[in-house]
Amino acid sequence: MAEIALHGEEHGHPTGLTRWLFTTNHKDIGTLYLCFSLLMFFIGGSFALVVRAELFQPGLQFVSATTFTQMTTLHALVMIFGAIMPSFVGLANWMVPIMIGAPDMALPRLNNWSFWILPFAFVMLLSTWAMPGGPPTSGWTLYPPNSLQTGMAFPFVIFAIHLMGISSVMGAINIVTTIFNMRAPGMTWSRLPLFVWSWLITGFLLIGAMPVLAGAVTMLLTDKYFGTSFFSAAGGGDPVMFQHVFWFFGHPEVYIMILPAFGIVSQIVPTFSRKPLFGYHSMVYAICAIAFLSFVVWAHHMFTVGMPLAGELFFMYSTILIAVPTGVKVFNWIATMWRGSLTFETPMLWALAFIVLFTIGGFSGLMLGLAPVDFQYQDTYFVVAHFHYVLVTGALFAIVAAVYYWLPKWTGHMYDERLGKIHFWISAIFVNVLFFPQHFLGLAGMPRRIPDYAVQYAEWNMISSIGAFVFGFAQLLFLYNLIRAVRGRGPRATAQVWEGAHGLEWTLPSPPPYHSFTEPPKIDDAQAHS
Amino acid sequence: MAGNTRFCLAIMAAALAGAASPAYADYATGLTPGITSTSREIYWLHSLAYWVCVAIGVVVYGAMMWAIARHRKSRGAVAAQFRENARLEIVWTIVPLLILVVLAVPATLTLIRMKDTAAPDLTIKVTGQQWRWRYDYLDQGVGFFSSLDTKSVDASKLRSGIDPAGVPNYLREVDNPLVLPIGRKIRLLFTSTDVIHSWWMPAFGYKIDANPGFINEAWTRIDQPGTYRGQCAELCGIGHGYMPAVVVAMNPADFDAWLATKKTEQASAAAGAERQWTKTDLMAKGQEVYGRICAACHQPTGKGIPGTFPALDGSPLVNGPVSGHMDRVMNGKPGTTMQAFATQLSDVDIAGVITFERNSWGNKTGDVVQPSQIKAARK
Ligand SMILES: [Cu+2]
Repeated sequence: MAEIALHGEEHGHPTGLTRWLFTTNHKDIGTLYLCFSLLMFFIGGSFALVVRAELFQPGLQFVSATTFTQMTTLHALVMIFGAIMPSFVGLANWMVPIMIGAPDMALPRLNNWSFWILPFAFVMLLSTWAMPGGPPTSGWTLYPPNSLQTGMAFPFVIFAIHLMGISSVMGAINIVTTIFNMRAPGMTWSRLPLFVWSWLITGFLLIGAMPVLAGAVTMLLTDKYFGTSFFSAAGGGDPVMFQHVFWFFGHPEVYIMILPAFGIVSQIVPTFSRKPLFGYHSMVYAICAIAFLSFVVWAHHMFTVGMPLAGELFFMYSTILIAVPTGVKVFNWIATMWRGSLTFETPMLWALAFIVLFTIGGFSGLMLGLAPVDFQYQDTYFVVAHFHYVLVTGALFAIVAAVYYWLPKWTGHMYDERLGKIHFWISAIFVNVLFFPQHFLGLAGMPRRIPDYAVQYAEWNMISSIGAFVFGFAQLLFLYNLIRAVRGRGPRATAQVWEGAHGLEWTLPSPPPYHSFTEPPKIDDAQAHS
Repeated sequence: MAGNTRFCLAIMAAALAGAASPAYADYATGLTPGITSTSREIYWLHSLAYWVCVAIGVVVYGAMMWAIARHRKSRGAVAAQFRENARLEIVWTIVPLLILVVLAVPATLTLIRMKDTAAPDLTIKVTGQQWRWRYDYLDQGVGFFSSLDTKSVDASKLRSGIDPAGVPNYLREVDNPLVLPIGRKIRLLFTSTDVIHSWWMPAFGYKIDANPGFINEAWTRIDQPGTYRGQCAELCGIGHGYMPAVVVAMNPADFDAWLATKKTEQASAAAGAERQWTKTDLMAKGQEVYGRICAACHQPTGKGIPGTFPALDGSPLVNGPVSGHMDRVMNGKPGTTMQAFATQLSDVDIAGVITFERNSWGNKTGDVVQPSQIKAARK
């Protein structure tokens, strides 16, 4: 994407490689984040396709059980830390300063550094394929004692996770600081666009959760190499304690990957409904409520580890309670559409699919939250279906919606609308062919993370794999459409881009100047998004 | 967007069909109601939660589809500009809360009943290890390992050329199933010798994690005789998919007879350790044990997996003194996957497998290790 047509008439900034290496510009860094996460999305996706190819039929046809399990481990790590999280940070980098009327991020040098750590982290993570023994076979959750059986790759995986954590915490600090300190005059808290609100809360979740992950994996490291026994019963520790610490990070992490998606959908739905967002204040309260609850529900990932009754009940109640604020958000989006003047450009299609399909993930989440029933669901394909509805048709669909929505603003050119719609329909149909049958598999008794399965699961697995391949390759259409717009092939975009769009980003030309607001804009109610 | 509407309806229809057909069959879709009071309660709760979700879905998707169909610009819709309605917000906060209470009350009661392990008629310890289960009938002196059946083992190898469809109960068959009486309250204790496993028996309605160094408990009372199948549910390394659990439930009288036979059998097996074995018999025994226990890591070829599991073919340890080889097999290698098999295998099994390893592939030591040597080494 080096050809991005940023305005040349601005005062001289470096060009070529050094521009990207030393950049402190929020748009350049946003572009770097987005390109990086796109690359990781294809790498993580190819791991998933190896998994689905192997599961196409019972028996082992392509890879060993070891390689299969390593693929599942790295698919998750790459998609979570390499694709979803950096793309949200990229979107925040590009859009938060513009949406609040700031000249740049509050801490531009830190910004450069938090991005450039990432390539090193992922080179280290992916290099474990070349090490004797290969990547861990313990899944991305790295539960001990299983993960402690990893060979030489172990410390590299741990240090890679440390680096990813440092990068996201620095990114989060930067975004939070920017939102607190850099808002233009008149950009009051109650005029803040929902995307900015969602990222503010996400920033706090990141700052609260990532250090806990770093602590957990550091304890693994000392257990393996320095003779500690945090997680070994023989030395007075407890393997289940790792799961408590891990999921204390892990559940907020889930909301780190979904709150910005809520924000994106709350920008897009009003635009294409030509109507203000319904219930702005309750939307903000709902995000805060979800963020708070996300810290007190972690053990619902562990209902079967052998908790006392009181613990099971507490975590069941707190978990199903999340359905209330989540429901409020869905109801508000639909009320926003209600009696609007709807059009269905590509970003809107993705946002609508998000609402429909994320809600399916919410339903299965509610079912999983009922502790006694979870004794059946836990660790099955029902869970796999659930979190892919939340993370693929949830987080990823929102990211794609955001890219189509803001791409004309970034590049100054429209993407190909027809191709965007084809991309949408193929993706929306086949993502369901891919993940919906996994509900059935889980209910019928298929555990997750197995390389081979009993033959009664053959049909749905075959259907799921077909869905995976079509869905996966359809993303090449997306790639083509992106490159086309970046290279200036589409019609020129106006500043307004979308008829119904409100907010500061649409007051700047497309593409915006290298330094967005050299003078703070004045915001009044008419201009404020919401 | 009409296509989207139709598509969502199709999904919901498929989901409804799924809930309506709980039987295990091809295109298996539903949760099993199971064969215990617990599993039936869980099935009922699952159905309740499912239909609550369907009902909410009809309302939410219905409203959304209505807006998509009617309030579109192409039909000349002009956008209203309302942006808040406090009463509506309160309604759609309170109503979901009430629905949650309706779900939480029966779920709480079921959970309380599931935790009541008091006054069992029989207690069985279930021990997970990479990658098989062990069942010990406490106070009965009976215990045995339960490993994946050899037909499944053969068919499940990479490019085995064997069609899994032709293997009876592929990956869900074991050599020694857990035999249980119906009608009695059975307490199950779960633990592990290495990593975390999870014993899942869908027909009982639950899975319970088997944690090394800790004991979890659960109970069951089976209603109907039959064979019930499940498998390990917690990722426990590369053999995770090859760790089935099979329960054979029988009438109490049949069970008592089975238990008595099993006791005699285990007593006579212990006596087998006393006599001298021929090399041929030990090799045969050893080959069987190797295929069942060792081949998962060290591979049937004895070549291991470079970097992860050492080769036995040509290994200095296997071709060195017998005492070193015995020590490694019996006491394991701390900090690795190599377990201490002294507690897991009989004298005959260990003698057989050591003899086999020392005289297979390129290893030609000619050594024969007798069960009596193993017995002596145990002291
Ligand atoms: Cu296991």
